[in-house]
Amino acid sequence: MRWSLIWREVGQGLARNLSMVVSVVLVTFISLTFVGAAILLQFQVNQMKGFWYDRAEVAVYLCSPVSLGTCNQAEASQEQKDAVQAQLQSETLAPYVESFEFENHDQAYTRFQEQFEGNAVADLVTPDLLSEAFWVKLADPDDAELLHDSLSSLAGVESVVDQRSYLDQIFSVLNAASITAVAIAVLMLVAAVLLIATTIRLSAFSRRRELSIMRLVGASNRFIQTPFVLEGVLAALLGSVLAGAAIVGIVYFFVQGYLSSTLTTISFISVDDALIVVPILLGIGALLAAASANVAISRYLRV
Amino acid sequence: MIRFDSVSKFYASNSRPALNDVSIEILKGEFVFLVGASGSGKSSFLRLVLKEERPSKGRIHVLGQDLGSIPNRKVPFFRRNIGVVFQDFRLLPNKTVFDNVAFTLQVIGKSKGFIQEAVPDTLKMVGLASKTARYPHELSGGEQQRVAIARAIVNKPAILLADEPTGNLDPSTSQGIMTLLERINSGGTTVVMATHDAGIVDQMQRRVVELSAGQVMRDEREGGYVTAAVPVQEFSLGGTGVVR
Repeated sequence: MRWSLIWREVGQGLARNLSMVVSVVLVTFISLTFVGAAILLQFQVNQMKGFWYDRAEVAVYLCSPVSLGTCNQAEASQEQKDAVQAQLQSETLAPYVESFEFENHDQAYTRFQEQFEGNAVADLVTPDLLSEAFWVKLADPDDAELLHDSLSSLAGVESVVDQRSYLDQIFSVLNAASITAVAIAVLMLVAAVLLIATTIRLSAFSRRRELSIMRLVGASNRFIQTPFVLEGVLAALLGSVLAGAAIVGIVYFFVQGYLSSTLTTISFISVDDALIVVPILLGIGALLAAASANVAISRYLRV
Repeated sequence: MIRFDSVSKFYASNSRPALNDVSIEILKGEFVFLVGASGSGKSSFLRLVLKEERPSKGRIHVLGQDLGSIPNRKVPFFRRNIGVVFQDFRLLPNKTVFDNVAFTLQVIGKSKGFIQEAVPDTLKMVGLASKTARYPHELSGGEQQRVAIARAIVNKPAILLADEPTGNLDPSTSQGIMTLLERINSGGTTVVMATHDAGIVDQMQRRVVELSAGQVMRDEREGGYVTAAVPVQEFSLGGTGVVR
């Protein structure tokens, strides 16, 4: 009896304020899509970090005839190479180094040709222009600083480069995009909350006769406020479902369907990740709507 | 049943109190007329009984409960014991007579079976058994007020508050409403009625409480609308004491 009455009130309220309800649905839809996109970007950053940080190595570039600075354009001598290798194998560094390998001019040239295949620069480069290098794989990638400190001052070493520094630039771009998405999402969510509150107030105003009689005859506060809260939550949930569908759609059609096939070397988030985001969006939508509807209706409950 | 202990009520916008140190007791089963000029505090009195307002000073007991100690969320349950009728009926225009009365029971969570029994009974008692499917705008003023009374008493309240229930009705219709209220009162319900209608008060010969400027001017058993005694009127000179 009670619930059928409450649901009828909800249906009437939604029908009476249809245009407001549609705007609530759209605003929650857009704002939660941004929230979802921000979460997915973070997932993507973490996934790439996990993938690349494991593979990232530290390159100890040795002096070549074209090196400037401390090298004085002189090729690193065999003694200097041995000194670097000895340092890598010494007791102080050995515990941090998982493995390392030496790459001579020809190997570097082959790799360069592979990487820049089809690029005009590949035709200009000769093996002696490319530095020889020790590629060091660390037990813990965070110890790169240590290697830098102990090797960069050695004679014959041009530079010590942590490959992660290249990745960090990519990540900072992705992070900035993620923060932008969050900022937009927050603004939109504020708009959504205010819109829900306004919608509920309108709905309550159009039913003020019923409300005043309910209060007069002793309907409990919960009974009076439940239809309004449900009204707001239903509208917001509809928007959240749309946002969830949009997020899954983006991952399925754009990320998996387009990006993955175009950029085959990068591992992208999967639809499973998107499915984790959907319940988060539903939760945020429902909670915000319930809270703002509650606040909006409370003025009609004052006794 | 209703007891006011030195109750005063001030509103923020008005320096003069709406009720000033009112002490009064209304017993179970009484029929009390509340008379006085507009602004004398009659409506404030009724609103205080209903706990729509809090007294600025003093204590109010209704149905054995100290109103000051009822928490806000319990107020609705307290109100289920009090029925209210207004001058302007306050019916829901989009509901039938039956639904208007049933609405009260629905929103306090009564079962469908109970509603199907109680509503026709009550409508029969107020004399509207044949008009249950009508809408308020199809009824006369007197009939609308009967619907409002049915709505107020369908839950068998211990107290019925009536704020000028005959204010919008012609004398003969008012007479019918008074007969109905009298019948409700004889069933044991305490009735407190604020009114300007001198004829009704004089004819009924019930307890009369007269308010003036927030104070009880007289409290007579079997009284009339105007007392034989010379009324005492208090004038405020705004503190200066100078009259120009």
